[in-house]
Amino acid sequence: MTGVSIQHALLLAALLFVLGLVGLLVRRNLIMMLMSVEIMLNAAGLAFIAAGSRWGQADGQVIFLLILALAAAEVGVGLGLVMQVYRRFNTVDVDRLSEMRG
Amino acid sequence: MLNLLWLVPACPLLGFLVLFCSEGKLSNNRVPWIGAGSVGMSALLSAGIGVDFLAHNPDQSVFRQMLWSWIAVSDFKVDFALYLDALSLTMMLVVTGVGFLIHVYSVGYMADDPGYSRFFACMNLFVFAMLMLVLADNLALLFLGWEGVGLCSYLLIGFWYDKAENGHAARKAFIVTRAGDTAMALGLFLLFTQLGSLDIQIAMSKAVAGWPPGSSYAVAASLLLLGGAVGKSAQLPLQVWLPDAMAGPTPVSALIHAATMVTAGVYLIARTHALFALAPDVQLLVAAIGAITLLLAGFAALAQTDIKRILAYSTISQIGYMFLALGVGAWSPAIFHLMTHAFFKALLFLAAGAVILSMRHEQNIFNMGGLWKRLPVTFWTFLIGAAALVALPFTSGYYSKHELLLAVYSASPHGPWLWAAGVAGALLTALYSARLILVVFLGPERGQVKEDLPRTITIPLVVLALLALFGGWLKMPLVPALPALDFPEPESAVVWTTALMPWLGIVAAYLIYGRGADFIERLSENAIVSGLKRFCFNGCGFDTFYNRLLVQPFLWLAAVNKRDVIDSFYRDIVALVIAGHRLLALTQNGRLRWYAAAMVCGVAAGMSWGMRP
Amino acid sequence: MEQTLFFISALIALISTFMVVIQLNAVHALLYLIVSLLASGFIFFLLGAYFAAVLEVIIYAGAIMVLFVFVIMMLNLGHKTIDQEKSWFTPGIWRGPAILCGLLLAELVYALSSGQAGGDMHVVSSKSLGIALFGPYLLTVEAASMLLLAGLVGAYHLGRPLKSKVTS
Repeated sequence: MTGVSIQHALLLAALLFVLGLVGLLVRRNLIMMLMSVEIMLNAAGLAFIAAGSRWGQADGQVIFLLILALAAAEVGVGLGLVMQVYRRFNTVDVDRLSEMRG
Repeated sequence: MLNLLWLVPACPLLGFLVLFCSEGKLSNNRVPWIGAGSVGMSALLSAGIGVDFLAHNPDQSVFRQMLWSWIAVSDFKVDFALYLDALSLTMMLVVTGVGFLIHVYSVGYMADDPGYSRFFACMNLFVFAMLMLVLADNLALLFLGWEGVGLCSYLLIGFWYDKAENGHAARKAFIVTRAGDTAMALGLFLLFTQLGSLDIQIAMSKAVAGWPPGSSYAVAASLLLLGGAVGKSAQLPLQVWLPDAMAGPTPVSALIHAATMVTAGVYLIARTHALFALAPDVQLLVAAIGAITLLLAGFAALAQTDIKRILAYSTISQIGYMFLALGVGAWSPAIFHLMTHAFFKALLFLAAGAVILSMRHEQNIFNMGGLWKRLPVTFWTFLIGAAALVALPFTSGYYSKHELLLAVYSASPHGPWLWAAGVAGALLTALYSARLILVVFLGPERGQVKEDLPRTITIPLVVLALLALFGGWLKMPLVPALPALDFPEPESAVVWTTALMPWLGIVAAYLIYGRGADFIERLSENAIVSGLKRFCFNGCGFDTFYNRLLVQPFLWLAAVNKRDVIDSFYRDIVALVIAGHRLLALTQNGRLRWYAAAMVCGVAAGMSWGMRP
Repeated sequence: MEQTLFFISALIALISTFMVVIQLNAVHALLYLIVSLLASGFIFFLLGAYFAAVLEVIIYAGAIMVLFVFVIMMLNLGHKTIDQEKSWFTPGIWRGPAILCGLLLAELVYALSSGQAGGDMHVVSSKSLGIALFGPYLLTVEAASMLLLAGLVGAYHLGRPLKSKVTS
């Protein structure tokens, strides 16, 4: 029996998520944006773990495992894209990547 | 022979089709054989049918030839059927006979024109449409012919279409007669919905049986039909198109605007006389229109300088006489005058055409003079035609006009007034006709003359002159088709005045125009006289009036509505869509953080929607 | 006792995450992120999810962050990037995101607080996790491996040099 209440854990998860979101919207560096996404994924994982702990089931951790696999694959592909972007445009500024005329 | 009635309109139709489909590829030698030959065939057939009809039908029964059933929709049954009685026989003979002579004349007149084949095609179509009009058994078929002659009139007035004013004149004619045609169509609708049939005889008998004299239906229907007649026959208030229609070639003016199309209105009223007899007020209106028109046109003719326009106003005036007779119930004299008028007016127009051709397309009478020696045949035929117009004794015009005026005098309570108008009109007729002859043919020699006229021109002139002289004896017994006259003979003072008035006019004309032109010049220096002269020259102000009343407001409206109000509804929808597109295209700017922010907005909105109480 | 530990590690996680967001230097931000992830792992431990805590440390902080380090080193962005980042960090830049995310946070907090009161937290043993993975969630595991394969192929393909730079 742990003494942590689920409300607090979920609140923490929400705060971390919003922080990650702010980072995503504010930063112009692609790598920093990817890092913010990692923060958000981690916060979501925390929420799942807390829920699984509350109900006493393994499902929360299973989902966390999946989130981990997902984050890994996403980071792999995302960083590969960042490298291609750098090679092509010679910058990691995301605002310069817009070629549309909207 | 009577069974060949359908061939009479079919021959010109065939001529039209051949000429239309060959599109001017036939040589100029072949075209007149088809063009004039088809109408000649019709004329021969009509003559044969006429002889057969009169010889074998002493009691004047009618002949009806049903060709096929045209429209049969529940109650509405219209057949393509031809109806021959004395009235339609007279009209048919006039149309084909005079028409044939005019076609022969056109062979020589239009020989140098590049649109030779087109001319004959349109003329043949016209003859077909006119024959359908006069031979129609029912009002729908009559309306077909009615519209057909309107179309051909438009095509032929604007024959030389590369000059813009010819197109304007053609358009004016078409639009003005259209106004009348609309009224006529409304009249047909009224007759059908109330009487259940458009067959003329059936409709008339039902009207007589079902509608009391003076009933509002009869008044309305006859008024509407009168509207159509007034448009086609160029009477008040729709007479403005005829003088401008002289922009067409002279044979067109002779055939359409003198002898046949403009008499269609007279024919219509005569055909539906039973309906008009049921509405005495409308009949009086017919007579009043005739009287006023004949005086108005007579004054206008006095001031014109173009030879064809004088004859055009003269036509309007003479048809006014026919309306006058119809208005008092003198049906047979009106039709008789129609026939003689066809002869002498066609003659006058053709002779005027010969003059114009000889003077190298000069049409102003004050540039002509002393032509009696240089163009003898033209002069004598023109003189005969003018004598018939003026109704000098022993010409055909005399017999018809004299009888007409006497009938008008004794036929109705307003008779003497109408008769006085008619006699004043005769004075005017004599005045302008004598003026025409004095200025053009007599007097000092003026202008260049090309003297050789081909025989195709001179022969029809001579034939028509003979008809104008002796045509008075060709009077057809019209009695069972039209009610008989039983008016008392007027007193002899009236008879003598009627007979002698034209002579008065001739003498007056000689006094005014004969002794050199300076009498008129001196008179015109007076401001009132010159103002009146200008007024009459401009068709007594009708053109200006219609221009201010109808044309200018319409043009103003068109200018105001240049960016069409109704169109703008659709344009605005399109503009709205384009604006929406532009707005939404702003969201596709390729900026990643913008997209992320949009997603956050969406999430926030979705969550707040999901959490609503 | 656990509560105190929870609050401390929560505080550490929050502060280091905040530092990640406002760092100019990418490597520094990365290090702060690692600290945050470690704190997060400890919180998992406190919640009774021992296996998840271990995975967090090994895989998330240990592998994924190292991947980030590799790429940053490979790109070799240098000082001018730091100056660039500085120039981008205007005060005005925080307005929009602050409003949006503040709104979202408010909604989240409202949603959380209006829920039912939580129950007790349980420890979930690794044994039950393993049984769940090899039992009901077997296909999920297979799907995850597919995902990793796809990520592998994609990363390999994207990591290749551009055609113009290949010499032979």
